[in-house]
Amino acid sequence: MAEDSAMKSMMKSELIELMARKQGHLAYKDVELAVKSLLEQMSHALAGGERIEIRGFGSFSLHFRPPRAGRNPKTGDSVSLPGKFVPHFKPGKELRERVNESLNKTGS
Amino acid sequence: MALTKADMAERLFEELGLNKREAKELVELFFEEVREALEDAHNVKLSGFGNFTLRDKTQRPGRNPKTGEEIPISARRVVTFRPGQKLKQRVEAYAGSQQQ
Repeated sequence: MAEDSAMKSMMKSELIELMARKQGHLAYKDVELAVKSLLEQMSHALAGGERIEIRGFGSFSLHFRPPRAGRNPKTGDSVSLPGKFVPHFKPGKELRERVNESLNKTGS
Repeated sequence: MALTKADMAERLFEELGLNKREAKELVELFFEEVREALEDAHNVKLSGFGNFTLRDKTQRPGRNPKTGEEIPISARRVVTFRPGQKLKQRVEAYAGSQQQ
């Protein structure tokens, strides 16, 4: 399985910086506001039960988790947990292929 | 109905006063940068939203569901998304139409 802890990460601030450098004509601040708006739009859509569909990247939707009996780890008492929705991401074809091809190129 | 890149660009145009071309380009660039980072074996962590994490899967036995023939599923790298705490909480509260 995964060695993903050994992989490097890109944080939101680095993403904003890269984007600002690549397109040149907008100030860092504008790109930052744009990225925040994009993430808020996506969160808002999901929070309202709406799907997100980005061709070549993937789609986000909600999956329902039915109610279940859980336990209070401290007391051992059983508690009933209500059903809930969780966000789900399905990578699109282009993303799947590009990521998988990178396995052969970079190894690691 | 689903949220699309066009919707997002339109919103950037309305909210931030970017012109339509800039807005469209930024939306495109955003998803392309995330793809490139993942392609370069970087996980992508977007605080408040979630993390895109790479997982390497080893080869495993599989089967053609139509013919029943055994064929190995090759080793591969896949992307998974783990929603952040904030997004999970917002979504959990969605009681909308409980029909799943």
